[in-house]
Amino acid sequence: MRVTGSIAARLVLVILLSGAVIYCFTLAYIFYESRAVLQREVETNSRNLALSLVNLVDARLTAVAKVTEALARTVEVVEPGEAELLALIRATVASNAEIRGSAVAYEPFAFDARRKYFAPYYFKDTGGLALSRLEDTYLATPYVHSDWYQIPRELQQHEWSEPYYDEGGGHVLTTTCSVPFYDTRNGRRELRGVVTADLSLDDLTAVIGSVKILEHGYASLLSRNGMILAHPVSELIMNDTFFSIAEARKDPAMRELGRRMVRGESGFVRYRAIAGFDSYMYYAPIPHTGWTLAVLFPRDELLAGTVHLLARTALLGLAGLVLLAFAVINVVRSMTGPLRRLSKAADELAQGNFELALPPARYHDEVGALTASFESMRTSLKDYIRDLTETTAAKERIQSELKVATDIQASLLPRVFPAFPERSEFDIFASMDPAKEVGGDFYDFFFLDDNNLCFLIADVADKGVPAALYMMVAKTLLKSEGQRLREPDAMLTSVNRILAADNERCMFATVFCAILDVSTGQLRYANAGHNPPVILDSNGLRFLAMKAELMLGPVPGTEYHTARLRLQAGDTIFLYTDGVTEAKDPRERLYGEQALREALAKVAGQDPATIIHSIRDDLRRHAAGAPQSDDVTMLALKFGGARPGGKVGAA
Amino acid sequence: MRWLRQVALVLLGLACAVAWPADDPHPPGRNRVTLMPLWSPQAQFAGYYVGIDKGIYARHGLDVRLLPAGPGLSPVDALSQGKADFAVLWLTTALRHRDRGLPLVNLAQMVQRSSMMLVSKRSTGIRTIADMNGRSVGLWGGDLSIPVYALFERERVVVREVPQGITVNLFLRGGIDVASAMWYNEYHTLLISGVDPGELNTIFIADEGLRYPEDGLYALESTAQARPAITTAFVRASLEAWAYAFEHPDETVDIVLHRMREARLPANRVHQRWMLDRMSDLMHTPSSDTRPGQLVRADYLAVGESMKREKLIAAYPTYDDFHWSADARDR
Repeated sequence: MRVTGSIAARLVLVILLSGAVIYCFTLAYIFYESRAVLQREVETNSRNLALSLVNLVDARLTAVAKVTEALARTVEVVEPGEAELLALIRATVASNAEIRGSAVAYEPFAFDARRKYFAPYYFKDTGGLALSRLEDTYLATPYVHSDWYQIPRELQQHEWSEPYYDEGGGHVLTTTCSVPFYDTRNGRRELRGVVTADLSLDDLTAVIGSVKILEHGYASLLSRNGMILAHPVSELIMNDTFFSIAEARKDPAMRELGRRMVRGESGFVRYRAIAGFDSYMYYAPIPHTGWTLAVLFPRDELLAGTVHLLARTALLGLAGLVLLAFAVINVVRSMTGPLRRLSKAADELAQGNFELALPPARYHDEVGALTASFESMRTSLKDYIRDLTETTAAKERIQSELKVATDIQASLLPRVFPAFPERSEFDIFASMDPAKEVGGDFYDFFFLDDNNLCFLIADVADKGVPAALYMMVAKTLLKSEGQRLREPDAMLTSVNRILAADNERCMFATVFCAILDVSTGQLRYANAGHNPPVILDSNGLRFLAMKAELMLGPVPGTEYHTARLRLQAGDTIFLYTDGVTEAKDPRERLYGEQALREALAKVAGQDPATIIHSIRDDLRRHAAGAPQSDDVTMLALKFGGARPGGKVGAA
Repeated sequence: MRWLRQVALVLLGLACAVAWPADDPHPPGRNRVTLMPLWSPQAQFAGYYVGIDKGIYARHGLDVRLLPAGPGLSPVDALSQGKADFAVLWLTTALRHRDRGLPLVNLAQMVQRSSMMLVSKRSTGIRTIADMNGRSVGLWGGDLSIPVYALFERERVVVREVPQGITVNLFLRGGIDVASAMWYNEYHTLLISGVDPGELNTIFIADEGLRYPEDGLYALESTAQARPAITTAFVRASLEAWAYAFEHPDETVDIVLHRMREARLPANRVHQRWMLDRMSDLMHTPSSDTRPGQLVRADYLAVGESMKREKLIAAYPTYDDFHWSADARDR
């Protein structure tokens, strides 16, 4: 089925393409809109989740910080002795579940002028509390050079240490809260030492590390240095910082993001997770420590529901389109089916089978209207063909009658040659080739008496039956009047009077009429508007000089006049109608008088039959198959010579 | 059923011991030597780990054992007590102990120039050594700060010294204005803690007129004299191992990270790769007439003079007395 070949194919193509385009646009719009909605929801959800985790961590930190602060203030105010101090630290560790260990570390010689370092430390050990003296355990470098001591000391403020693994208590991820305390006696404010409390992060990082968002989403905790404290990928924990990962990934944007995090900002960003998936990340600071908590929502998994829904919608749409295609094909078939049947019927109609019953139209739709039109056309054609058949039959009858008329007309002209075999004084030959079945030309010759031969040629204007009828009348009149009046002028004058008297149709005829006294060669002639005949004599060839007079018929009372000429022995007079000189070749060029003269010159001196046959042949050559447009009539008379004793000017 | 598991474990251990001849304390035909690095496992000592793990020492007929190192553990003590045959020391440390009578000899000089830097935040406005006058400066204990003291002495700068621990957190939190940093270690730690290079002003000690070569291989003179072939083989194998390490950085970093995890240290691949690359920079001098491992005579004399001037040492031995080689023994 070529695309352009069938209405069904084109319709299906256009409708399906338009449908598909509209559908795709709608789907795309729904996708983008729902993604935007989802993104807003994710932002809210991730913020809530992150903040709840932040609160969880911060609550723990706050509790420990308060206890540490309280211990520091107590030591500051009470200035306990060694036994009191140990009891105080021990009670602090024992009564606070979150605190793994606590120390009160003094500046050199601050507790006891004899002891440089003094830092008792109680910690939870397997099976109870244990006491350790940090001045003894820190062998290589004194505790005063440790971060947990030095940073609060230098900054003069409480500090949470970078998380570290406490190897003493079994590789526990720990952070230490350090609070400096001062000698405030006598208005002084002199640093005396630092109180610390250790907080295990293991359960917090376990909670954070076990957060699972959809399939792969997770939560993560970063220290102030960007060190990864909690993450589902355990190899990263306490090994990699956010920045070292950015460096490994050669990702300056990630580094910039990390800097925003450690600066304590919060935000919602698109982020490529370390595990490699695209995600939405919300990050927020832990207020106490400046750490960062981040939650990652895997983007693909978030969108999976939407994508799934869209995929199913797309499938439904596809099914709908297929259904639509079938429906369209069906409707178009129901429309084009009758059309095709109609087209087939029209083909048969064209073959001429008008009896064929057209396929009935089911609906009063355009096809129904077309069928009705075809039906009306079929009836009209049928009627027309019937009329045509009748007309043709009538025409054929007329044709056959015309044929009879032609025969009759032909039989009216003297057709037997030689016409007067017993007369040696002259030789005469004539021919008439009608353009239609019956011609308007005629010729005639007859003896008026023993010596006078009347011969004439005529051309009735118009052709066909009217011309033939007119010709009959003219011919009959000319013969009867010729025999009565015996002079050309009188003949023509009389015949004209008769014809013109009752000539309502204004028909007319040109006639050249001559009477030859065969005993002398005396020729008397009159011309009613006919072409001048050609004389072929010893001087050659010339047109007969004569006064042109009116044709017969149109004007009543026309007088004609006789002219005279003496023919010598061997002279020939050639009469013809304008059908000769006006014969046309296929390119509509006329035969012309010049061609006639040349053709006649070639046959000068020959007998009349030869001359006429020769001219007819020449005319046929000139026409070269072109249809004859006018009757072609010729008459030639060759005078044999005067009989001895013949009188000139007889009659 | 517990006894069954214990028996199974014992049997498994025996099987491993049999199938693992490398664990045999006395492999036949190999000379057992001990090496003590300067510090805990990191890429600073990558060549020695590679030499052991890739069998380079073994190919030279050596069975090298590494002694644990790190905070509180002194390689000088290990040498003097005979616990270590060889040790990695700084040139300044070695000269100080030689001056105090410990007969140390330099076998090879690995790090050709000082990698130490003084780092400050640009926001503090410190640009030069002179700018540090009166500011708080983090300084490491021991011999590590000798070049810095020498520099402050020369520039007549008096700073507020703050003992610097093993982290850079004090500097990161703003507790000190200037921190000591090794180019291959603490400087990069600052970078991967979120500080941009553009935020830092850095001064290389080596750019201030003294090269102060750092890590070198040392032994007691007696050890070298008694076992010259083994000593020579150890030096050659170590240099070969370092060359291998620089040619195969990824494999080398894997080896280093493995050592670090064994020691339960934070193991950061990016950081160790940085350290390895910097070690390559420090061990290969731009001048073509210095071979890897060579102690440059001029550098040695300059350091000796400087330390004498600072009264850190009373005197220093001649180059040929200090730098041991098998050829020198023949002399």
